[in-house]
Amino acid sequence: METFDPADLPELLKLYYRRLFPYAHYYRWLNYGGVIKNYFQHREFSFTLKDDIYVRYQSFNNQGDLEKEMQKMNPYKIDIGAVYSHRPSQYNTVKLGAFQAQEKELVFDIDMTDYDDVRRCCSSADICSKCWTLMTMAIHIIDRALKEDFGFKHRLWVYSGRRGVHCWVCDESVRKLSSAVRSGIVEYLSLLKGGQEVRKKVHLSEKIHPFVRKSINIIKKYFEEYALVNQDILENKESWDKILALVPETIHDDLQQAFQKHHNSLQRWEYLKKVASKCQNNKNDKCGPWLEWEIMLQYCFPRLDINVSKGINHLLKSPFSVHPKTGRISVPIDLQKVDEFDPFAVPTISAICHELDNISTNGEEKEENKAEADIKRRTRDYKKTSLAPYVKVFEQFLEKLEKYQKGELLKKSDLQKDF
Amino acid sequence: MQFFGEKRRKLRLAGDQRSACYPHSLQFYLQPPSENISLIEFENLAIDRVKLLKSIENLGVSYMKGSEEYQSKLEAEIRKLKFSYRENLEDEYEPRRKDHISHFILRLAYCQSEDLRRWFIQQELDLLRFRFSILSKDNIQNFLKDSHLQFEAISDEEKNLKEQEITASSPSLTGTQMGSESIYKIPFADALDLFRGRKVYLEDGFAYVPLKDIVAIIQNEFRARLSKALALTARSLPTVQSDERLQPLLNHLSHSYTGQDYSTQGNAGKISLDQIDSLSTKSFPPCMRQLHKALRENHHLRHGGRMQYGLFLKGIGLTLEQALQFWKQEFIKGKMNPDKFDKGYSYNIRHSFGKEGKRTDYTPFSCLKIILTNPPSQGDYHGCPFRHSDPELLKQKLQSYKFSPGGINQILDLVKGTHYQVACQKYFEMIHNVDDCGFSLNHPNQFFFESQRVLNGGKDIKKESIQSETPQPKPSTQKTKDASSALASLNSSLEMDLEGLADYFSE
Repeated sequence: METFDPADLPELLKLYYRRLFPYAHYYRWLNYGGVIKNYFQHREFSFTLKDDIYVRYQSFNNQGDLEKEMQKMNPYKIDIGAVYSHRPSQYNTVKLGAFQAQEKELVFDIDMTDYDDVRRCCSSADICSKCWTLMTMAIHIIDRALKEDFGFKHRLWVYSGRRGVHCWVCDESVRKLSSAVRSGIVEYLSLLKGGQEVRKKVHLSEKIHPFVRKSINIIKKYFEEYALVNQDILENKESWDKILALVPETIHDDLQQAFQKHHNSLQRWEYLKKVASKCQNNKNDKCGPWLEWEIMLQYCFPRLDINVSKGINHLLKSPFSVHPKTGRISVPIDLQKVDEFDPFAVPTISAICHELDNISTNGEEKEENKAEADIKRRTRDYKKTSLAPYVKVFEQFLEKLEKYQKGELLKKSDLQKDF
Repeated sequence: MQFFGEKRRKLRLAGDQRSACYPHSLQFYLQPPSENISLIEFENLAIDRVKLLKSIENLGVSYMKGSEEYQSKLEAEIRKLKFSYRENLEDEYEPRRKDHISHFILRLAYCQSEDLRRWFIQQELDLLRFRFSILSKDNIQNFLKDSHLQFEAISDEEKNLKEQEITASSPSLTGTQMGSESIYKIPFADALDLFRGRKVYLEDGFAYVPLKDIVAIIQNEFRARLSKALALTARSLPTVQSDERLQPLLNHLSHSYTGQDYSTQGNAGKISLDQIDSLSTKSFPPCMRQLHKALRENHHLRHGGRMQYGLFLKGIGLTLEQALQFWKQEFIKGKMNPDKFDKGYSYNIRHSFGKEGKRTDYTPFSCLKIILTNPPSQGDYHGCPFRHSDPELLKQKLQSYKFSPGGINQILDLVKGTHYQVACQKYFEMIHNVDDCGFSLNHPNQFFFESQRVLNGGKDIKKESIQSETPQPKPSTQKTKDASSALASLNSSLEMDLEGLADYFSE
């Protein structure tokens, strides 16, 4: 794989936007079947250009317009915003107060940096295969809730390109949700309370809500390998002291002594569970299985940024955007293969451009009308690069969306028929 | 058009058209009324509803909401004013129609300011909550199903299937059994306050809400809708206010204390100044008794005290001349210069009698006004002793009045439970040595009047009928002058076209 050099971005992006960016799919998505007039035309995009120039309120008339502009401006980053009451590009011609954000997908942003207090392998913007499991668990937990509890059907999960994942919920009714309901959803999905000053962030009530129970069951599948082996959270005194901070003082001594005698995290965890089940519940600290779950949740449960999700006009990085620091493409994640997703296998822009070059030199050289040839080539091009499987995932997502839209249209027309 | 009523209308065409319009004793007031009524009826309906809402406010302060006393007194009040409250009663058409129309009229009056709106919404919410609380299980079902919310209870089979999940999710279901409680399946977004805190079971986009929690959801829905509607109505208000027939009435409604306001001068001149000292211990409520004592001792009262006490004195019958004499005599004892009194204080006294400035004849303060506004600070003697005094000092004062320890404790308990007016009623009973004061206290002058009645053996010194307890022919005559004079000049056959007003309520 070609190593990525940010200095190459201008050239690489030029090629990417001309030959590889999947405009047709992209437009299919954001146009949502053309059911609502001007839905695509009223959508805000923002571009980050070379030298960190940031432009907002970009909007486009159609797919062709979008392509042309993107190729012209060569954005380093693309963000997607809300669908507004008017064309965003004309917002300063609109009467004051009349220009309003009206609809947007419900989005989530899960960032590995928010787990720095509980991962020992990396910190800040770094990730590795050991801590990536946190994202795996987060996707399973959040996606299950979105699907089974809230009934959301069209959920697109995307790798952010560096240290996290995004989720776009695209159901028609969801796009219309108010800011209050969006906040409520994030609250429902949140279990950790308190920032750096708070040591113990999870407090379970006696009655365990099904959402919590099901989330714990998901974490249980990964906990041993992730926490006890890879993260080794009870490896030594320094690390297990952090766990002890989460359990009642009454059992500290017992655990400290016992831990010295055990050889690994697995043994120590088993012992901790045993002691917890025996100790008495007192006023502030619970014991028994609750204690075990509270620790597991603090170390593994997803951490959401409420600000990203609650605002209808919030801008979020677009799928298939390039990450300027890593060069990786923000690719969709196959929900059937979440456990196998490897962020380090995600193609970089330099890699796929390189792949493209190789194909071109080897491929056909039919000289038809240049424009036609360009289009033809482009529709084949991404398919022959490592980008292909990810576009396929996106395609499947779109097909499901479109099938549903067709079904809804049929239902509507059925209702309207007067007999 | 009322879509939700259509189905029922068709079923009941045979003979029951009227009740089909109002299938339930309570409603969300989604559709404004669209008939013609006379201006008199317009006014009467509105006034009755204001009376009802004020009662609700009073009861809410005097008793704990939802307690037996609260419920029974509120029901009595509603019934007395002939509004709807129960299902399954014979011929509820008139009360429900009255309820419907009067609600919309009051929207016009109470949309005008943030405070008015807040007050109106609060009382309407309490009314809704009460009506909902007395519905039977079946009636709840029907009401919810018929409403725009279309909440439906889930079948017993579904209940069994989901029992574990539902009981594990809802804090209001204590223990592990759901019992016979109904569970309602509603779209999750309609149960925001429940699901955000994970206090309800969610499945496939629906919240499974036990009956106990449904009330909260309905209230939130009602509040949100009414709030929005009032904001809309406020925008159309300038047009409404330009209607000469409505303007005085609407202003009067939102500013009045309906019921006896003790501003009438019917008893003016019946009190002489030398009676005041003895009256203060025998017939004054404790708030005025303490103000009088402070005035006598300090030969002075600050502004808050002068307002509260001065207007009270006017209400018991002091004339302007008497008032001027009274205050001047006392202030001079405090070494005040008579000229200074004339310059500084007499103007204010004349002002409060409506003889200066904008010449409003100020009405004596009601209990609620005294309890809820302008709390006293250091050096003040106004306010309500039960509300504003330190409990220890209150106890000492009651002991100095030679009350029995049992009675004092009763009073202190009531104060602790924030039932200030009931505590004052207890004071009344102890001062007069009666078991039951026989009235619901909401005004210091009412205290005085009732006290005089007891002491004078029922001899009524006032001309007009007063109490809202005694049945009276409607309409009540003690409205302020504005509305009466404005309407008196109108032909009673003038019709109020409510349909025209409907535009002010809709989007």
